[in-house]
Amino acid sequence: MNIPELQKMTLNVRKEIIKSLHSAGAGHPGGSLSAAELFTYLYFEELHVDPKNPQMEDRDRFVLSKGHTAPGLYAALAFRGFFPVEDLMTLRHTGSYLQGHPDMKQTPGVDMSTGSLGQGLSVAVGMALAAKMDGRDYRVYAMCGDGEIQEGQIWEAAMFAGFHKLDNLVVIVDNNQLQIDGYIEDVCSPYPMDEKFKAFHFHTISIDGHNFEEIAAAFAEARSVKGKPTVILARTVKGQGVSFMEDEVSWHGKAPNDAEFEIAMKDLEKAGEALWQ
Amino acid sequence: MAVIGNINELPRIATREGYGKALVELGRQDKNIVVLDADLAAATKTGAFQKAFPDRHINCGIAEANMAGIAAGLASCGKIPFMSTFAMFVAGRAYEQVRNSIAYPHMNVKIGATHAGISVGEDGATHQCNEDIALMRIIPGMVVINPCDAVEAEAAVRAAYEYDGPVYLRLGRLAVPVMNDREDYRFELGRGVILREGKDLSIFATGLCVVESLYAAERLAEEGIDAEVINIHTIKPIDEELVTASAAKTGRVFTVEEHSVIGGLGAAVCGVLSENCPTRVTRIGIEDVFGESGPALELLHKYGLDAEGIYQKIKTAIAQQSAVS
Ligand SMILES: Cc1ncc(C[n+]2csc(CCOP(=O)(O)OP(=O)(O)O)c2C)c(N)n1
Ligand SMILES: [Mg+2]
Repeated sequence: MNIPELQKMTLNVRKEIIKSLHSAGAGHPGGSLSAAELFTYLYFEELHVDPKNPQMEDRDRFVLSKGHTAPGLYAALAFRGFFPVEDLMTLRHTGSYLQGHPDMKQTPGVDMSTGSLGQGLSVAVGMALAAKMDGRDYRVYAMCGDGEIQEGQIWEAAMFAGFHKLDNLVVIVDNNQLQIDGYIEDVCSPYPMDEKFKAFHFHTISIDGHNFEEIAAAFAEARSVKGKPTVILARTVKGQGVSFMEDEVSWHGKAPNDAEFEIAMKDLEKAGEALWQ
Repeated sequence: MAVIGNINELPRIATREGYGKALVELGRQDKNIVVLDADLAAATKTGAFQKAFPDRHINCGIAEANMAGIAAGLASCGKIPFMSTFAMFVAGRAYEQVRNSIAYPHMNVKIGATHAGISVGEDGATHQCNEDIALMRIIPGMVVINPCDAVEAEAAVRAAYEYDGPVYLRLGRLAVPVMNDREDYRFELGRGVILREGKDLSIFATGLCVVESLYAAERLAEEGIDAEVINIHTIKPIDEELVTASAAKTGRVFTVEEHSVIGGLGAAVCGVLSENCPTRVTRIGIEDVFGESGPALELLHKYGLDAEGIYQKIKTAIAQQSAVS
C-alpha cells in the first residue's frame, strides 16, 4: 500500500473503533485510536501473516501487550481479512468471539491473550527465543503502552531480550503520554525511555507514530539491526482523530454515547473527505 | 429481620463507593492513614480521599507488586496503608508480595480489592477475578471480608482499620441493591448475620449474592420450602459457631458466592461442617471456568448467580436428592 492508501485504511480502522465501542457501550477508545496507524502498518505492510491460515507456522507474531486497545487490533485484523468486518459490532457482547481483551483461543489472528498489563512483552520474548532456538526467521512484535512500562515485568523482559540479543524482536511503545490517572509524567514518569531501553541493550528509534514515512523507515531500520532487539518509541496523541477525545484523559476507558458517536463519526468523515479529494 | 422490599426499588450503589467514602471519614480521624493506588484511582473510588488529603495519597503507577512492597514499608513505619487496585491485580499479580512482604510480617496493610468477580462485566476474563477469596484465605493471618452492599463496605473498612494486621476487602464494580441502610445495622468482624430464619435448609451467601439469595428464599417459601439465609461477610475468620448451628438445625446447606466453587466460601463452609457437623453441601458459584465479556447483569444471569439462578439450582438439587432417597 502507498501512503494515501494506508491513511485511508487507518481512517477505516478508526471508524470501526468508534462504531464497535459505541455498540459495546464500554471499552477503551483513547489508546486504540492513538495506535491506529501502527496497527494498520503492522497488518498491511510489516507482518508476514496469512488471514486464510492464521496459525501458519512461520508467521510473524504480534502481541498486543496493552490488551485493552483490542478494538484497534480487531479492526485491523478484520480489514486484513481474518474475519468479517460486520462482526466488529459484536465487541464485548455476551457470547462474542471478540472479547473485551484479546483472546487467542477465540479470535483468528490473535497470537496471545492479554489484558493484564506488563505480561505481553515477556511472552513475545519467549516467542522470539523459540525462533532463535529453532533457527526460524519469523519476527516478533509487541506493543506496550507508555503507562504499561511502569510494570517491573516489562524491564525483566527487556533485560532478558537485550542480554539474549533477540534481534528478531521489535517492541513498539505507544507514547500517547496518558494513562488512566493522568499524564504519565505526573503519575510515575517512565522518562527518559530511550536511555532506559539503551541501558537494557536495545536499539532505539523515536518517531511520530502518526507519520507513515517515519513508521515505514523505523520498521525497515529494525530489520537491519543485528545482535540487539529494537524498540520503536512512537510519539502519538491519545484519541487521535476524534476532536473531543484527543489528549483527553477521560477518554481512556469509556464508550461514546449517541450524541458523541455522531460527532466522532463526523470528525472522521471530514478527515476522509480531505484524504479522498 | 423482615425481608426487604422489592429488589428493583432498592437504591443501587457499588461496594467500592462505600470503600471510598469510608476512607475519607477515617482519613479525617487518623492522619496515619495513607491510600495507595496503581493508576486506577478513578475506578477504586479513592478520588475523594485524594482530594481531601493529597499528601496522603500515593499513586504508584501501573506497578502493583511494587505498591504492595511500598505499603509494607509504610506500615512498618507506623502508617496504615489502604492499597487499592482491582482484585485481579493484587490477589493475582502481587500475590507473593502480599504473602511474603505483607502477611508474613503481619503488616498492618489493608487491601482494597475492587472489581472482584464476574460482575466486572465487559472487560472479560482477564479482569474477572473469581479466585481471590481462595488465594487470600489460605494466607496465614489474613482477614478476608466480602461486604454485601455499600453500607456494609463502609462498616468493613472501619472494622479493618480497627483490626491490627492485614485485611483483604473484596469489593465490586457493579452497583448493587443497598439492603443495610437502617438504624440498627451493625457490623461485627467474623460474625455471620441471619437475615431470614428457616428450618428446611441453610443458604450461606456472601457479597452481591446475599441479596439475590434472599429473593431466591422468597421464591422457595412460596413453594413451602423454608430457607434460612445467612450473610457471611467475613470469610476468614469464618463464623464457625453460626455455620455449625444453622447446619445442625436445617440439615441441608447451600453456599452462594460470586467466586469459584473451588476454594472460596463453599470450601470454607465445607471445612467447618466436615469437622463439626457433617452435612450435605451444594456449592453455588462459578464452576471451574473462566469468565467472559458481557454486561454484568447478563453475566450474573448466565452464570446462575441471580435470584432466579440460585432458586433453580436449589430446586434442582433438592429434586435430585429426593429422587435418590
Ligand atoms: C496489571 C494491570 N493493572 C492495571 C490495569 C488497568 N488498566 C487498564 S489500561 C490502564 C492504563 C494503561 O495506560 P497505557 O499503558 O499508557 O495505555 P494507553 O494510554 O495506550 O491506553 C490500566 C491501569 C490492567 N489492565 N492491568
Ligand atoms: Mg498511554
